[in-house]
Amino acid sequence: MKIGNLIRLVIFGLLLVFLIQPELFAGFFGLFTKNNQPAIYNQGSLLDITLNHLGIVAAATLASTIIAVGLAIVVTRPFGAEFLPLSRSLANIGQTFPPVAVLALAVPMLGFGTAPTLVALFLYGLLPIFENTLTGLTNLPPAVTDAAKGVGMSGWQRLIKVELPLALPVILAGVRLSVVISLATATIGSTVAARTLGEVIIAGLLSSNTAFVLQGGLIVGVLAVLIYDALSALERFLMKRTGQLGRA
Amino acid sequence: MIEIDDITKAYEGTVVVDHVSLTIEPRSICVIVGTSGSGKTTLMRMINKLVEPTSGHIRIDGQDIAEIPAYELRRRIGYAIQGHGLFPHRTVGQNVATVPKLLGWDKKKTADRVDELLSLFQLDPAEFRNRLPHELSGGQQQRVGVARALAAGPNILLMDEPYGALDPVIRAKAQEDLLSIQRKFGTTVVLVTHDMEEAIHLGDKIAVMDKGKLLQFAKPEEIIAHPATPFVAELIGTSERPFRLLSLAKVADHIEAGEVGGEPIEASASLRDAYAELLWSGRPALPVRRDGSIVGQVTLARLSQLAARPQ
Ligand SMILES: Nc1ncnc2c1ncn2[C@@H]1O[C@H](COP(=O)(O)OP(=O)(O)OP(=O)(O)O)[C@@H](O)[C@H]1O
Ligand SMILES: [Mg+2]
Repeated sequence: MKIGNLIRLVIFGLLLVFLIQPELFAGFFGLFTKNNQPAIYNQGSLLDITLNHLGIVAAATLASTIIAVGLAIVVTRPFGAEFLPLSRSLANIGQTFPPVAVLALAVPMLGFGTAPTLVALFLYGLLPIFENTLTGLTNLPPAVTDAAKGVGMSGWQRLIKVELPLALPVILAGVRLSVVISLATATIGSTVAARTLGEVIIAGLLSSNTAFVLQGGLIVGVLAVLIYDALSALERFLMKRTGQLGRA
Repeated sequence: MIEIDDITKAYEGTVVVDHVSLTIEPRSICVIVGTSGSGKTTLMRMINKLVEPTSGHIRIDGQDIAEIPAYELRRRIGYAIQGHGLFPHRTVGQNVATVPKLLGWDKKKTADRVDELLSLFQLDPAEFRNRLPHELSGGQQQRVGVARALAAGPNILLMDEPYGALDPVIRAKAQEDLLSIQRKFGTTVVLVTHDMEEAIHLGDKIAVMDKGKLLQFAKPEEIIAHPATPFVAELIGTSERPFRLLSLAKVADHIEAGEVGGEPIEASASLRDAYAELLWSGRPALPVRRDGSIVGQVTLARLSQLAARPQ
């Protein structure tokens, strides 16, 4: 095992222990408290909140993936080709919109709670996945797509058997981007009363308890790094399997 | 039989294939040759409907291909291209099995066919079946590409500069493979190249194209002896003509009686090889060997006559 993976494993282990038995770390986080403040978040189970946070991110990303990949497939087919330039510029404009703004716009329509957060994460997650799927589907090696036509595959068969499998690493890179953005953005969701790790950070800010802020921030950060690395590794594996490493 | 009937292709007003008509006999090899951009690829891709003609018709065994759905037509026609176009995420075996699978062959028949073809191209099935394309050399990839094109036993094989990326030794080997496979299966081959040497070596007939027009469509001997235009003559290379002519015939067909000493030449060698050997060794005649025994001689005098412009 490489040293990098060893470190990741140790960090993952520490995170698990911390979520299940946070009191074990009370000594460490105690260093950041003043006036006998509690060292460990005490207004709910950290494990529950983390799982809820991950659940919201997973649900939103899954929905964005399905919709964004679907849209990208449509605009790269002959019948949808006229929408390609339009959808490209829409995606580019959308990308310049800060996620907080999306959240702020969703609340008046959906009220407080998990719903506006899900919608904001879903909408913002669409863009990187859409853009990457487009890139993946339009930059396939011409000899390969030519051969796929030449052997007599139908449009549908080419998509399923050749185009999507070859574009998969690039699509996955979009999903990875989207997940990491969502992990961070979900914390803002607790300002509109979604149960996410933002709750821990905000509680810390309100009571000037640096330990809480640190806990919330660390969990989000570590999750983001681990998920990012895991998805990168999966991409590299897929690229290598298809001999595309160094192509994209 | 492939009948190309007054076919034209224009892209936004630019004519890239210009009223081309030619008939390709069944079980023959037709080589389309010409400079870059002369429309060779475009002409060939109209045969399997990868390009739609602007006007004109193409008939295969009498049937207008406009009546056949594109995917169905393509499954009946083998297609091999430069850079092989193998599916990089599928194994060699899966690549070769592509068309049989599309045609719904059963597993056993497909697997047998894959192994048969790999063996035919000197790729040990056990060793190569489960490799991915990027784990092969360029020459091996190219052979898998042709094996895939032949998998479902098509009557017609289209090849677009299939040997463009190969070194001369592997290339010569691949050409011999193609000739023997073509004879074995009786496939009608349409091959695009810009190499006149390759065209003369492989073609039963050669179609010379320039700027979208078909300049000449004839047997190699005819093209060499009577080029239709100065451009065709230039493509053959004026100083190459006698040697190209010699390269078309085998020693076997010009054996004379008589005995001479020295290193023999095989009856299966081309006259060009014999001529080179005669000049190089400074001999007036070479003994000819067939199946290990000397069967006669080939002479410089005879070859000099054969190399002269046919009347
Ligand atoms: N899809 C297309 N759109 C517009 N022009 C095209 C298209 N395909 C080919 N052409 C043009 O048609 C002409 C003939 O192209 P083609 O590929 O048939 O040439 P070729 O003889 O095969 O050349 P090469 O030896 O370089 O492969 C070229 O000028 C090319 O630019
Ligand atoms: Mg070409």
